[in-house]
Amino acid sequence: MTTTTYKKRSDGRRFDEPREMEAKVGVVPRADGSAMFKAGKSLAIAAVYGPRQMNPAFMRNPKKGTLRVNYNMMAFSGSGERVRPGPSRRSKEINLVIEKAFEPVIDTTEFSNTAIDLYIDLIQTDAGTRCAAINAATLALADAGINMKEMISAMAIGKVHDKICIDLTKEEEDMEAVDIPIAMTSNSGKVTLLQMDGVISREDLKEVLRQARDATLKVYEVQKKALMEKYGGKNE
Amino acid sequence: MNKEYVKELIKQGKRMDGRSLEEYRNIVVEYGISPKNAEGSARVKIGETEVVCGIKFEVGTPFPDKPDEGTIMVNAELSPLSSPDFESGPPGIESIELARVVDRGIRESKAIDFKSLCIKAGEKVWMVFIDIYPVNNAGNLFDAAALAALAALKDTKFPKYDEKEGKIVYDEKTKNELKLVELPVEVTVCKIKNTFFLDPTDEEEEAVDARLTVAVLEDGKLAALQKGGEDALTPEDIDRMIETAQKHSKIVRSKL
Repeated sequence: MTTTTYKKRSDGRRFDEPREMEAKVGVVPRADGSAMFKAGKSLAIAAVYGPRQMNPAFMRNPKKGTLRVNYNMMAFSGSGERVRPGPSRRSKEINLVIEKAFEPVIDTTEFSNTAIDLYIDLIQTDAGTRCAAINAATLALADAGINMKEMISAMAIGKVHDKICIDLTKEEEDMEAVDIPIAMTSNSGKVTLLQMDGVISREDLKEVLRQARDATLKVYEVQKKALMEKYGGKNE
Repeated sequence: MNKEYVKELIKQGKRMDGRSLEEYRNIVVEYGISPKNAEGSARVKIGETEVVCGIKFEVGTPFPDKPDEGTIMVNAELSPLSSPDFESGPPGIESIELARVVDRGIRESKAIDFKSLCIKAGEKVWMVFIDIYPVNNAGNLFDAAALAALAALKDTKFPKYDEKEGKIVYDEKTKNELKLVELPVEVTVCKIKNTFFLDPTDEEEEAVDARLTVAVLEDGKLAALQKGGEDALTPEDIDRMIETAQKHSKIVRSKL
């Protein structure tokens, strides 16, 4: 099936090379914590409000705080037609998987009955937006002082024709690529988000996960730098 | 929160951040903040308030009574990302008011010649979507949103339209700029007791008794008005507020 060879990436990157990344902490002064994360042309901003009182009351959890994620593409951010405002099936699923991506690391036992609201707006999209969203979100959560056992770093790994490629652009995604967004914990390298569109062999997936570790560590470096730019201090 | 404190300060002619009554915070306009997919985009910062706006084009059928005119749609989303006071969900009345006041300034001033949006009379016209999002609400979203919309429109180029296929080729932007015939800048004048002031912070907004948003054209003519707040205004108040808006609209416009 995959007889075609992908010889050279359309933007000239090496196959294992992520796009240029940029991160900044504290971009929404009114929020309790916030950050922006840019990967190539995909640009996400995340803001955290809370822990604050959870409404409606029936959603309160007496054992811990609840992380609520709201991923939103701005109407002008997508390629092609305008994105209709408001939640879509896609954005609701992304909310769910991002919530689950943070579940293993976030410690909200001190904040029973509260909500931690995480809002993520996409200003421009060029594939890999849920990963950019997660990378901004983990910084915003840290900025808000939410306890996390480890940071989360995410990267979409793909397979275009015969090549495993890191951090696909929309142009590459449209080449019938396999798309595998992965979020990993920074220290222990555990997977907290894994999705896939496309068909791949077990061996290839193993290789994808191996490369995901290297790629997410590169993300982590950018995240750490952004936190240090705001807070200074030692690099942990 | 400290409504009474704000009211007292304003009465003495003072502001919490040390500005004078008719002094705007620093205004910064940035163009092309989402250049990949939007036909035009811009960011406006007024102090800590930040608003982004993007333009998307679609093709639609003209209204039967205006067969050779395209149209604009303004939409504002008070994103809960930008303020602890905004909630998720369908646009509330505040979003709708903001969008409609921005819409009126552009539409009524004829800032865009709707005839320039005609592709084929009676059949196909451009519809220009203007989407506004606050990123940080530190007050005065009206003036920031109106300015962001103008800036994004100034940044706009038409996408290519494939007549044969009858669809837009979004990837191919033309060099054809959207022409702005007017620059209707909106200035909101606020009133607490008998004192007037400009560019309220979010805390000051909570204490405002009345406000008047005025869309002012380059020659000083008025293109749209919106009164808000609980208190009534006298005709003298209104005249004075308009004079203030006219004066300061020049400074705001110079930031474009």
